Amino acid sequence: MIEVKNLYKSFDNKQVLKDISAVFKPGVTNLIIGGSGSGKTTLIKCMVGLHEVDSGEILYDGRNFSQLSFKERIPVRKEIGMLFQNSALYDSMTVEQNIMFPLNMFSDMSLSEKKDRVNFCLKRVNLENVNKLAPAELSGGMKKRVGIARAIAMQPEYLFCDEPNSGLDPKTSIVIDNLIREITEEYGITTVVNTHDMNSVMEIGEHIIFLHKGEKWWEGSNKEIRLTDNREVNEFVFASKFSREANR
Amino acid sequence: MFFFHLGRYVLLLKSVFSKPENYRVYWREIVREMDTIGIGSLGIVCIISVFLGAVTTVQTAFQLVSAIIPLEVIGMITRDSTILELSPTITMLVLAGRVGSSISSQIGTMRVTEQIDALEIMGVNSSGFLILPKLIAALTMIPLLIIISMFLSILGGYVAGSLSGALSPSEYVAGLLRDWNPFIVTVALIKTALFAFIMTTVSAYQGFYTSGGALEVGKSSTKAVVYSCILILCADYIVAQLLL
Repeated sequence: MIEVKNLYKSFDNKQVLKDISAVFKPGVTNLIIGGSGSGKTTLIKCMVGLHEVDSGEILYDGRNFSQLSFKERIPVRKEIGMLFQNSALYDSMTVEQNIMFPLNMFSDMSLSEKKDRVNFCLKRVNLENVNKLAPAELSGGMKKRVGIARAIAMQPEYLFCDEPNSGLDPKTSIVIDNLIREITEEYGITTVVNTHDMNSVMEIGEHIIFLHKGEKWWEGSNKEIRLTDNREVNEFVFASKFSREANR
Repeated sequence: MFFFHLGRYVLLLKSVFSKPENYRVYWREIVREMDTIGIGSLGIVCIISVFLGAVTTVQTAFQLVSAIIPLEVIGMITRDSTILELSPTITMLVLAGRVGSSISSQIGTMRVTEQIDALEIMGVNSSGFLILPKLIAALTMIPLLIIISMFLSILGGYVAGSLSGALSPSEYVAGLLRDWNPFIVTVALIKTALFAFIMTTVSAYQGFYTSGGALEVGKSSTKAVVYSCILILCADYIVAQLLL
């Protein structure tokens, strides 16, 4: 479980996050949604330690991550997997080397064990026979799946996904969404997904936090979001004429 | 602004020299970088070196028109100029363009495509993992390249001197052996190691703190080459002043 308590973050005197508090439970797909510039990416980057918070606490199963030094954070970081917006696969490595990288760095596995783990992770994301391909040879959807495979290679307790559907067609988006939900339920991990894709919200949004101007504006589930009378949430969710008509 | 960059550069170096997470992974990276920096630069270093020696010999012969100065002095001047100055400095300036820009653009691209963030989230010391292997590879391979460059420059001078008829091969060889002071090789290698350190760390610094997109990666690469060249020339003067 991840708890965020009274989190504040600013850049050059511009307040980006104001008093954010939330609880992200394991086995549930937690979504952070909001318009562009609402602070979603900053929140997720604060949670994984890529940005230092101005004040507030981030607790990973009770461990106060924001108070830990770089070295003290390493054991927590080993329990974190992250899928980046552009997959962030290492260009100089093949698919197999990308997934094997965290295992090479931090595990005592033999080469055959590592290869087995790579193949298991690739199979789990429905990819096979791509071990020797370079990231440049993969499609957008395949890159995302390799990104997920790399993220789960170390059997993480916490999975973060930053805009997992960006640049993907609707059908591939749903495949990725379902994969994230299945992995979350199967391994009982705490998953936090940052998105503004409404298909994802409706498909996998078991717990949703809506950010508006850096503040937590609304919290609920995908069932509740359709019925809310919160004006900003409605403007965001039903932004298109099509979705407004479909909701009637 | 200068002190901001200096402080950040020192802090980056501090993190580069922290204990590696896994020596075997770092060793593989060092070998890969040695191949990229050393073997990858061998061709251009060979070509430059031969012409440096050849041009030095021909120009010295052109300027040294005197009945009282023996022709073998041309060989001596070529030897000292190439070993002490031309091979280490000119070759390093060329390497700053080839290797320095490559280091900066590689790390810069990794920064803007979030590959460095991915390393940090895994708990990897990104600066150490990305910069230390490059630095070790540069500090081992560049002095070797410069030694090769010294030999090839002298060989280039021999060939040019003989072909142009400026001096005979025996006069050139006699010049090479005349008043030989091995200390100049020591000075040249000290310079080379210092230049390699400057080029690698300055280029890595520019790449590591890139923010934005492709345009900024290009700007970082340009800055890496310009600042490396200026600092190499400053260091060249300081070492000459201190050691000679």
